[in-house]
Amino acid sequence: MPVETTASGIPIYAVPALGPALPEIIMAVGVLALVLYGALRGERSTGVVTAAAIALMAFTLGFVLTMPAETQITFADAFITDGFARFMKALVLIGAIVALAMSREHFRRAGIDRYEYPLLILLAAIGMMVMISANDLIALYLGLELQSLAAYVIASFHRDNARSTEAGLKYFVLGALASGMLLYGSSLVYGFTGSVSFPEIAAVLTEGANPGVIFGLVFIAAGLAFKVSAVPFHMWTPDVYQGAPTPVTAFFASAPKVAAMALAVRVFMGAFLTIVDQWQQIIVFIAVASMFLGAFAAIGQRDIKRLMAYSSIANIGFALLGLAAGTQQGVEAVLVYMAIYMVMTLGVFACILAMRRGGVELETIDDLAGTARTHPGFAFAMAMLMLSLAGIPPLAGFIGKYYAFWAAVEAGLVVFAVLGVIASVVGAYYYLRIAKIIYFDEPVGAYEPMPGFLRGVMAVSAVFTVGFWLVPAPLVAAAGVAARSLF
Amino acid sequence: MFGFGILSGLLILPLIGAAFILTLRGDEAAIRNNARWAALATTIVTFLLSLVAWARFDTGSADFQLVESHAWLMETTRFTLGVDGFSLPFVLLTTFLMPFCILASWETIKTRIKEYMVAFLVLEALMIGVFVALDLVLFYIFFEAGLIPMFLIIGIWGGKRRIYASFKFFLYTLLGSVLMLIAVVAMYWQAGTSDIPTLLAHDFPVSLQTWLWLAFFASFAVKMPMWPVHTWLPDAHVEAPTAGSVILAGILLKMGGYGFIRFSIPMFPDASMYFAPMVFALSVIAIVYTSLVALMQEDMKKLIAYSSVAHMGFVTMGLFSLTPQGIEGAMFQMISHGLISGALFLCVGVIYDRMHTREIKAYGGLINRMPLYGVAFLLFTMANVGLPGTSGFVGEFLTLIGAFQANFWVAFVATTGVILSACYALWLYWRVMNGPLVKPELQAIQDLDRREVLLLAPLGILVIYYGVQPQVILDAFAAPTQALLANAYPVLQAGASLAGIQ
Repeated sequence: MPVETTASGIPIYAVPALGPALPEIIMAVGVLALVLYGALRGERSTGVVTAAAIALMAFTLGFVLTMPAETQITFADAFITDGFARFMKALVLIGAIVALAMSREHFRRAGIDRYEYPLLILLAAIGMMVMISANDLIALYLGLELQSLAAYVIASFHRDNARSTEAGLKYFVLGALASGMLLYGSSLVYGFTGSVSFPEIAAVLTEGANPGVIFGLVFIAAGLAFKVSAVPFHMWTPDVYQGAPTPVTAFFASAPKVAAMALAVRVFMGAFLTIVDQWQQIIVFIAVASMFLGAFAAIGQRDIKRLMAYSSIANIGFALLGLAAGTQQGVEAVLVYMAIYMVMTLGVFACILAMRRGGVELETIDDLAGTARTHPGFAFAMAMLMLSLAGIPPLAGFIGKYYAFWAAVEAGLVVFAVLGVIASVVGAYYYLRIAKIIYFDEPVGAYEPMPGFLRGVMAVSAVFTVGFWLVPAPLVAAAGVAARSLF
Repeated sequence: MFGFGILSGLLILPLIGAAFILTLRGDEAAIRNNARWAALATTIVTFLLSLVAWARFDTGSADFQLVESHAWLMETTRFTLGVDGFSLPFVLLTTFLMPFCILASWETIKTRIKEYMVAFLVLEALMIGVFVALDLVLFYIFFEAGLIPMFLIIGIWGGKRRIYASFKFFLYTLLGSVLMLIAVVAMYWQAGTSDIPTLLAHDFPVSLQTWLWLAFFASFAVKMPMWPVHTWLPDAHVEAPTAGSVILAGILLKMGGYGFIRFSIPMFPDASMYFAPMVFALSVIAIVYTSLVALMQEDMKKLIAYSSVAHMGFVTMGLFSLTPQGIEGAMFQMISHGLISGALFLCVGVIYDRMHTREIKAYGGLINRMPLYGVAFLLFTMANVGLPGTSGFVGEFLTLIGAFQANFWVAFVATTGVILSACYALWLYWRVMNGPLVKPELQAIQDLDRREVLLLAPLGILVIYYGVQPQVILDAFAAPTQALLANAYPVLQAGASLAGIQ
């Protein structure tokens, strides 16, 4: 691109169009204002900052939803908004809002309700939105690091707690390693294709890929697999899930997973779609390995947060199976799957946050014993969410799995779809065991009353889980529109 | 009517009843009473509505009737409901048996009665859904979803080993069914739709048929259950509460047979013919082997469970004989077995409620104290054996006729099953009812009370009525059977006409 210069030879750059990035800009300005406010007012400002952060994200959510659906590119092709970005950003913002709102009560009781937490969530949300809109490798890395750095801090947010700090440190060290691999892969891809922009990489790769690109691709895949916690880069997940404060775990399990999947879709569908047969086998392997490891490793877990970690590994495996298809149907499956998965996860964590007795957080699955007798509504919601995660029809989780298999079979991955259903039967065992503990075992005592907001999240999630199959059309149609925008 | 027809009504009614029961508040006794009556009223109204559906149904036609279709997952996967002559009798069987299940649980279920009734009503809606779904994905959802309420029914209100039994039931049937899900998706991509009438008209390539047939077979064979994947059934039956056993034997098992006649046989004719010998072999083994196993049982429910497996062997044998007599007989056998085995489990429930044991050894000479019960138990035992004049005879006889046309030796060996069933059933009756009443704890046993008479009498009347007038049900099966054989098996038809059998 020839650059215009002034008479004295100073180049003139046009101001890039800011419109497409307006949600991110609004969020960023908002964060800066809130940082100032928090720094001036100190700890007393936590309530206000939290409320303002939620309001800011809610406003941005509304803004994102009203943005035009057509594709817009700005910042020298680094940033793209389209139907896909809109869908994913809406999901991420909803996840972040709910996770933040659920944390307030918990942090106050733990005595760690500091104003930095909502700010870090906001920064992570901006990072995720940039990830979703990334159209080149630089934007990808920027978004990813912004999100990750915020996440490392909030993992160790309970800084007097050894397990929380350990979780943060572990997450940081392993995450930095993954970022390094991603960066290394990006540099290889840039070196061998001569471009960082996804469309240009795709254009170069139409004649096939040389080994250097594939080498880079593998490193990028490894880095992304770490972020979505897919096997064999899943090792951090159980420890971080268990060690981080529960509301933080709820956050990790929802929005960042969605954003990382979105990023994976952008990279593989945007930049490397033409060499789908080169990466399909990689994604298929990590998908199938995740499903099986998640299913088998969860059987031995008694800690409910660790169990949810393995459950998320398995569930990401199913979503990756959709991605492995490398088709528009595959993207549609990923979108439907992640949307359903996020709603279920938030519901489960609302339930986990409500498991308190005598001021103590309860963490093992045996603490759910007999809740059908003491808290029928809670028990029903939890049991349905568990069976839904297992993919038992007619619950929402089944529809997600159905779409994943639907896309996989269309792409000819029948064998792996069969492996997937077998893994889901193995997984059904431990979900079923939780349903058994809830319904068949003798009660051991009532929990503390559930805060109103958690009750609301749980109820909405349970109603969604049970009723989704009756009216799937709105979500499925929206996912279809979003998936079409990529092709 | 907003486009919602009578079949949606059948699906929604039990759910409304369940929702109503969930809202019940008040003291324990009031809830218990209201929940029972609300559940009974709901099931009776649902039954009446299904009779309306029956009245509006034209048995002479092989087409799907009362069809309704609503937008659902995709353009090509719609919420379509409809019935034909194969499915409507099962809908009626379901709605007919449900009030009996509620009545059978009237006194015996003492804890968490609200949840119990809700589970049964939800289960009813899902079972009706299996038989009225005209979309493959919808069918799969209903087919699998029934596992959840049944899991809870066995696990919460079951016997001593209820947890083992409920897990075995759930995981066993789930493993069988998930392969079908992949087949469903494969069929979708092959035919471009999951609409069942369209799929029925679609010609699947022979090589694909084999795989699809096997995937469906895995699911339906577990559900039926066929030997050797029947082992979940005795455990589930023994541990389930009486009403759970009635539903399990009466309806859930029939979903397998219904699946064969709805999907495997009409959609994959080449594979069905190819695999028919294997099905015959498994059926015959089931008939003979499980009858022998039934002879050795010491638990009454287990004995009846094994006898169910044997009777389902006749069904699969009849279905895969691919003759009009065999198919109609198999369908009839399923309806008849739904009534008879349901009644037998109710009979066991009657004495279990009094003595709290199902050990055959614990009984003996009951006829001296329980003459009414003796009559009822004898009637259903005879029906189970297949005595002419009861509905049990018609089904077995027709399936054997069908099997004789297909393969003489299969029919020959299967016929010995009739004798064996007489052995175990009559021996059971003899050990429980006849002889002197010597056991002291049995001295004060009461005969049937009014509720139990009300439970068993209608079933007894139907068993005899259909034994004498089988045409009432067979008429419903005739048209779709003919259409099926003409459409999917023109080769067999031509051969049969040449041989002068038709």
